[in-house]
Amino acid sequence: MGAPVHNLATTIMDSTSKKEISAQRRHKRHRVSNVFFKYYFLFSILALCFVLGLVFIFIGKTALLLFGQISPADFFLSFNWTPEEDAFGAAAFIVNTLSLTALTLLIAVPISVGMAVLNAEIAPKWMTSFIRPILDLLVGIPSIVYGYLGLTVLLPFLRRVSGESLGDGLLAAALVLALMVLPTITRISDDAIVAVPRKYRDAAYALGSTRLQVITRVVLPAASRGVISAVILGMTRAVGETMAVVMVIGNTPQLAKSLFTPTSVLTSNIVMQISNVEYESTWNYALHMMAFLLLLISFVLILIIRILGRKRRDQA
Amino acid sequence: MSNFTRTRHTARAQRRDKLATIALYGLGALVMLLIFWLLFTILGKGLPGLRPDFLFKQPEEIDAGGGIGPVLFNSFYILFISLIVSVPLGIGAGIYMAEYAPDNGFTSALRMAVEALSSVPSIVFGMLGLAIFAEYFDIGLTILGGGVSLALLNLPMLARVTEEAVRTVPGELREAGYALGTTQFHVIRKVVLPVAIPAIITGVCLVAGRAFGESAVIILTAGLSTSGEMWDFSLFSPGETLAVHLWYVQSEAIVEDARQIADKSAAVLVIVVLLINLAFRFPLWFGKRRQGLSRK
Repeated sequence: MGAPVHNLATTIMDSTSKKEISAQRRHKRHRVSNVFFKYYFLFSILALCFVLGLVFIFIGKTALLLFGQISPADFFLSFNWTPEEDAFGAAAFIVNTLSLTALTLLIAVPISVGMAVLNAEIAPKWMTSFIRPILDLLVGIPSIVYGYLGLTVLLPFLRRVSGESLGDGLLAAALVLALMVLPTITRISDDAIVAVPRKYRDAAYALGSTRLQVITRVVLPAASRGVISAVILGMTRAVGETMAVVMVIGNTPQLAKSLFTPTSVLTSNIVMQISNVEYESTWNYALHMMAFLLLLISFVLILIIRILGRKRRDQA
Repeated sequence: MSNFTRTRHTARAQRRDKLATIALYGLGALVMLLIFWLLFTILGKGLPGLRPDFLFKQPEEIDAGGGIGPVLFNSFYILFISLIVSVPLGIGAGIYMAEYAPDNGFTSALRMAVEALSSVPSIVFGMLGLAIFAEYFDIGLTILGGGVSLALLNLPMLARVTEEAVRTVPGELREAGYALGTTQFHVIRKVVLPVAIPAIITGVCLVAGRAFGESAVIILTAGLSTSGEMWDFSLFSPGETLAVHLWYVQSEAIVEDARQIADKSAAVLVIVVLLINLAFRFPLWFGKRRQGLSRK
């Protein structure tokens, strides 16, 4: 990319003919708009940072009020969440969120990576150009619709299969979430696999490898950072997803002891309770603390993706 | 491979290779079937009973036969407000990151902020909206609050799609512009944006589709009720949207046909989102075709 000429040297115009005056005016107008918009664009990006600051300040400020009222140990280590009796133990939600995310990835990652390999390495072009838009379609479906389908289709199915009376719980939520993160993980892994240089594959084929050997021993290891980034991105989505989860998880504040225990995670508990609490109350502070935890978790995950990305660039 | 070199080892590897290929094709077929079955279920349950007047009628609290008029209107209204707020800022931020940002620590901090913001769960934006509009400004649950909170959710994604779109514009085009003595902004306006605009529009409609179906933010900031009028443009009315209505009908409504209303609402929701996604892809297709022709 070059640099604009006017930045290099400012020419002084001393002619006075009409044509040149209008040219000068236009020149001036362009330079003013140039400066104005430069600052406008800078302002836009700073506004974005300001929003991030707002999020942290508004949520964090209210969240920290919690520890003026109860001790961090009570919040993080106690499994007892009965706000009516001033017991604000969020450990159950935290553990549930982690186990829900793990279960989701357990289901979604093998399928997604398989789909990505199929797309990038095996399927003929016409098939890939059919599968990719369909996956994009899946991204577009609102989360509330996933939740509704989970409630009306998946839960009756689970009840029939498992013989449980309700069917709500971690498994139902994980299945719904797995479907939601599937396109995300697939598309990004797909891109990472396609980006592996052709010469790696050629070298492996030249040694007499089969396609499966090339994929598992050369292509996937070479694309591993990209695939891991994709998985973590899927994780951030699974951790923060609210409405799809709230409809199938049962909404009972207790630790999920089995796959079919009606239970609650950080997001679902927040959305179910926040509208009903006083703003200036320990209960509300506790909910904000849970939101702040969500923020921190997603922030750490994004940080990991960034570090992976930087290492990948260094390698290249 | 000829039989001369075919040892037991290679035979096994070949067998595995075939098996894996078949398994992956099977997986692909299953996933595709699942997706089509999903769409078929949503649309098949909702579409048959869908009448045009359902789209414009008032919802009913007690009697059967209510419609989704005001909530559908609110959905579009809130989407419109959120785009008005977020598109200028999001695109501006994207252009800054692609065209102006110098390669230094400040820029990588900015990039970090955009990524961090895009990872913030939607429920947190809902709580932020609640804290700002319901608590700080004390105006309660309103369309304005919902629209602005939704705009905050859209911002990072808009910035990212714009940055990607602008980055794909070849550098020679800019240099050609500079060589004519134009300013940087003039090159952006006359050269870069016309090339990048189809991709930006596609990005904006992806964002719009997501915003249209967003519910967690709206529940907390615009509430679970409407003002009860059809064409209520007031920014300070409560603004239940279609996605929220689906939740409300499913979890709290007592009308006897709640299930049918929910089915139909889900179908309408999905159709509108798909239309938003598809309709705005046309510019991209045309753009591609035009660029393809000029390359020949």
